[in-house]
Amino acid sequence: MLRFLASRLLSTIPVLLIVAVAVFLLLRLTPGDPAAVIAGDMATTEQIEEIRTSLGLDKPIVVQFGIWFGNVLHGDLGESFFFKLTVAELIAQRLEPTLALALCTIVVAVVVAVPLGVLAAWRHGGWLDRTLMGFSTLGFSIPVFVLGYLLIWLVSLKLGWLPVQGYRRLGEGVGPFIRHLILPSLTLSVIYVALIARVTRAAVAEALTEDFVRTARAKGLPESRVLIRHALANAAVPIVTVIGIGLALLIGGVVVTESVFSIPGLGRLTVDAVLARDFPTIQGVILLFSVAYVLVNLLIDLSYLFLDPRIRY
Amino acid sequence: MDTPVATLEAQPAPPRELWGKLRRNTAVVIGGCLLALLAVGSLLAPWLSTIDPTLIDPVNRDLLPGASAEVMTFTGETIRHTYWMGSDSYGRDIHSRVLYGGRVSLIVGVTVAALSLFFGLITGLIAGYVRWLDGVVMRVMDGLMAIPGILLAIALVALWRASLLTVIVAITIPEIPRVVRLVRALVLSIREEPYVEAAISVGTSTPKLLYRHILPNTLAPLIVQGTYICAFAILVEAILSFLGVGLPTDVPTWGNIMAEGRLQFQQYPHNVLFPGLFLAVTVLAVNMLGDGLRDTLDPRFNKRGERAL
Repeated sequence: MLRFLASRLLSTIPVLLIVAVAVFLLLRLTPGDPAAVIAGDMATTEQIEEIRTSLGLDKPIVVQFGIWFGNVLHGDLGESFFFKLTVAELIAQRLEPTLALALCTIVVAVVVAVPLGVLAAWRHGGWLDRTLMGFSTLGFSIPVFVLGYLLIWLVSLKLGWLPVQGYRRLGEGVGPFIRHLILPSLTLSVIYVALIARVTRAAVAEALTEDFVRTARAKGLPESRVLIRHALANAAVPIVTVIGIGLALLIGGVVVTESVFSIPGLGRLTVDAVLARDFPTIQGVILLFSVAYVLVNLLIDLSYLFLDPRIRY
Repeated sequence: MDTPVATLEAQPAPPRELWGKLRRNTAVVIGGCLLALLAVGSLLAPWLSTIDPTLIDPVNRDLLPGASAEVMTFTGETIRHTYWMGSDSYGRDIHSRVLYGGRVSLIVGVTVAALSLFFGLITGLIAGYVRWLDGVVMRVMDGLMAIPGILLAIALVALWRASLLTVIVAITIPEIPRVVRLVRALVLSIREEPYVEAAISVGTSTPKLLYRHILPNTLAPLIVQGTYICAFAILVEAILSFLGVGLPTDVPTWGNIMAEGRLQFQQYPHNVLFPGLFLAVTVLAVNMLGDGLRDTLDPRFNKRGERAL
């Protein structure tokens, strides 16, 4: 067990290192002087020189990477010249809306998708199954922003049930906070629901063919208990895995959804930073999202030990 | 987190039989027809009651769908034109813009799919066959895949300033590692097959082995993967344009039309909804085609859920 933990932790290190190298190289691939690029369009010559020395841009590229990486490990992601803040501060400011949106979406998606997937597997090949698979293809295809605008148009403009756009911090009251989160989370969860429902269906359908399910039915267990305790529990590993993999999708979706719904989170920050060519911020946000993605998937890998006691690494 | 391992058993079906199978698959037929319709529509755009998609005409701005008005074309003649989908705040015809925009989407979709398959195939063959390179290549691919695709594309476009070429390259790069993983997994399973062993034992050279025995067996899963990449590329191109980091705003693309339309979304929702509808239907058609091809060409390559976008 300990050996597995150690080796799994160690194996994430090269991945994270390569992410760091890629993010670092991102800036070196820009045409022109990296110092000038980092400083932004409105920087003075002194500022550019300051950056050049602080990043050691006159030194060999490996040394430059070392300096940059050392700073990153200390939590120093550089300074945004567009927002006049350090990147770390910027990210801290924008974290809450994105976390709220992402968590809300995951909860909605799991609560909707898992039961649907189980039902579809239970009635494999039936009308519910086929409808669900049809909707799942649709869910993969409808672009997040199209769906977002469709929902705004229908729910907010035509029906007037929910606010059109914007975000309220949790500190401003739970009611407004939730009302502003409903539409964005629904929008964002659709593709996630499609993904999780498909995998749940496949995994549960496979578990239902196992001998232990036949035994459970034979000894007269209620069908719901067979489905949940026997089939779903044994399908947990692929379902949890796809939730982790789907995070990449979710992160891409967050960027778009926050733009559609004017939510001042990390996604909006990414777009604003790209439009302003604010490279330290772009690097910081990408690094953060990627590291979060890798670590969540690491945790999910570790969770297999609890989800499926048969797994012995 | 393993990529679908498509095991290959059956010999490829003879062409005629395959064609018959494809024609009987509803998803292939519907998806294919929709796509053909769209391709014809965007290619023949000049003859489908359109005007120049960049023609700005302040008099005819913000027209509702179906409105008809006099418009002066670039050549100076005044014609009567029906704005089937209304006009935007510059007086440009949405119908024309949507049809011409289809060209960009299709070009991006097809090119990205072709490029990522090409580079992914080469890298994957090498990683799968040259064992000592495998570890290094796959670690790099793992690292690249840890960066969410859309984010990487956005960052790359930011580096280069947007043009058709940079948008295509920016969408291709995040896709390559996924193809590499697929090809490598395929190669690893194919090279254990008896016929490969037989080929080696009679002294077939490595390049010939790759080309004659391994490559043909990777084609079916790759074609399926290619359609999914195409759908995703069309989506990402629209997202980039929509966010304002994609193709220059004067180029009619579905994302650009929506980005302009969003400013007036509350009064004129059709400016966003029409291009959005086209985008959704196109992506749906490509995905249906992909699902149908997967079921027909390669029934065991059936793990759509594991394709993380």
